[in-house]
Amino acid sequence: MKYSIRAPLTKEITCNLKAGDTISINGYIYAARDAAHKKMIELLDEGKELPFDIMDQIIYYVGPCPAKPGAIIGSAGPTTSSRMDAYTPKLIQHGLKGMIGKGLRSKEVIDAMKAYSAVYFGAIGGAGALIAQKIVSEEIIAFPELGAEAIRKLTVEDFPVTVIIDCHGNNLYDIGKNKFRKIN
Amino acid sequence: MRTIHIDQIVKTIEQLCIDANYYINDDIMEELNKALKTEQSQIGVDIIQNLIKNALMAKERKIAICQDTGMAVVFMDVGQDVHIVGGNLIDSINEGVRKGYENGYLRKSVVGDPIERVNTKDNTPAVIHFNIIEGDRIKISVAPKGFGSENMSSIKMLKPSDGIEGIKKFIIDTIDIAGPNPCPPIIVGVGIGGTMEKAAILAKKALLRPINKRNDLNHIKEIENDVLKKINMLGIGPSGLGGRITALAVNIEVFSTHIAGLPVAVNISCHATRHADATI
Ligand code: SF4
Repeated sequence: MKYSIRAPLTKEITCNLKAGDTISINGYIYAARDAAHKKMIELLDEGKELPFDIMDQIIYYVGPCPAKPGAIIGSAGPTTSSRMDAYTPKLIQHGLKGMIGKGLRSKEVIDAMKAYSAVYFGAIGGAGALIAQKIVSEEIIAFPELGAEAIRKLTVEDFPVTVIIDCHGNNLYDIGKNKFRKIN
Repeated sequence: MRTIHIDQIVKTIEQLCIDANYYINDDIMEELNKALKTEQSQIGVDIIQNLIKNALMAKERKIAICQDTGMAVVFMDVGQDVHIVGGNLIDSINEGVRKGYENGYLRKSVVGDPIERVNTKDNTPAVIHFNIIEGDRIKISVAPKGFGSENMSSIKMLKPSDGIEGIKKFIIDTIDIAGPNPCPPIIVGVGIGGTMEKAAILAKKALLRPINKRNDLNHIKEIENDVLKKINMLGIGPSGLGGRITALAVNIEVFSTHIAGLPVAVNISCHATRHADATI
């Protein structure tokens, strides 16, 4: 199915999405990758607040290129999600509802997604120039010292993703591969 | 003896960093276009079309093909009759990288110490491979390497008795484990022989060879063709969503080795297998 959804999400939205659905996202999402995740978990471990209210939000695993003069943002495609796996279950427990990235997720992440109705979306790895055109505003909201890894609030219009793992644990990577596999 | 001033090296490397990141090489564009015809999954075709669109947009707007503009890997083949003046060669290579990444609006993705992990903010240092060749020229290749694919690479010291079948199995297993992570369709660089580090460097060098050009040695060419065929039966497909085109090419380079050894290195790279070359 093809859907257009608004971010932040709700449980009603996430529970309706199925692995394989193609989605365009409108609204705002947060950019965060390795170093920002490490810092967010440190804040939670110290009993402090996160730099933004994570309830129902989508995190996009991305570290964009600098914007050229006149542009909003440089190339901004997804980075490999599995590096965030160690931190993700805790963020899901705190309300995170969606993640955009590329590549495999751990069992712990998928279990947390099932328990808290979160969704994992895939964007096209390697299409950073194209994807950047769907980002209409960018604001660094935390950890500016991390450069490309700072947390950014991004406004997106018709941002194209595919549901990879839905909140029931169905996984498009397995489904797709099994359909075309001819070797053991 | 020919004299080359380091200013020329700085300038050349700056430009190569930018060109490599903005423009996909023709051989890869050609194979992507061919893949549109062989891919059987509709979503796979859509993804390849988007990768082609992405490359055209990057070229037109002069922006990076991919936001992971990589760690700069620099191959320097220095003619033995060249005399370098004006300063330190390694510093000048890094200065070229610094300028290229700054002036090209490329992402700075390098941390200074692998444990402390503080970003150097200028994408230096580069990884530099020197080679001494005949003549009075310097041949430079800048190959920015993204780490989504680098992280899925692998090296194994096989036993001679593992033979061709062992080599093929190791390459195919490495790609199967990598799955969707390295942004398929991928390009596979393989180094066979030498010592451990020699095999790894051969694998990286293999990625510099045009992907439509097979190894000159017949028995190696056969391995390249057979492994590619089998990789494309894995079903991983573009972006890992299922399909025929998991890899565009397998490039293998070989070197003599020890009687007791069969090192094999598999360096995975994505469609954004970038390199720009110049001779000065
Ligand atoms: S693996 Fe290649 S295409 Fe994918 S994010 Fe890294 S550099 Fe870009």
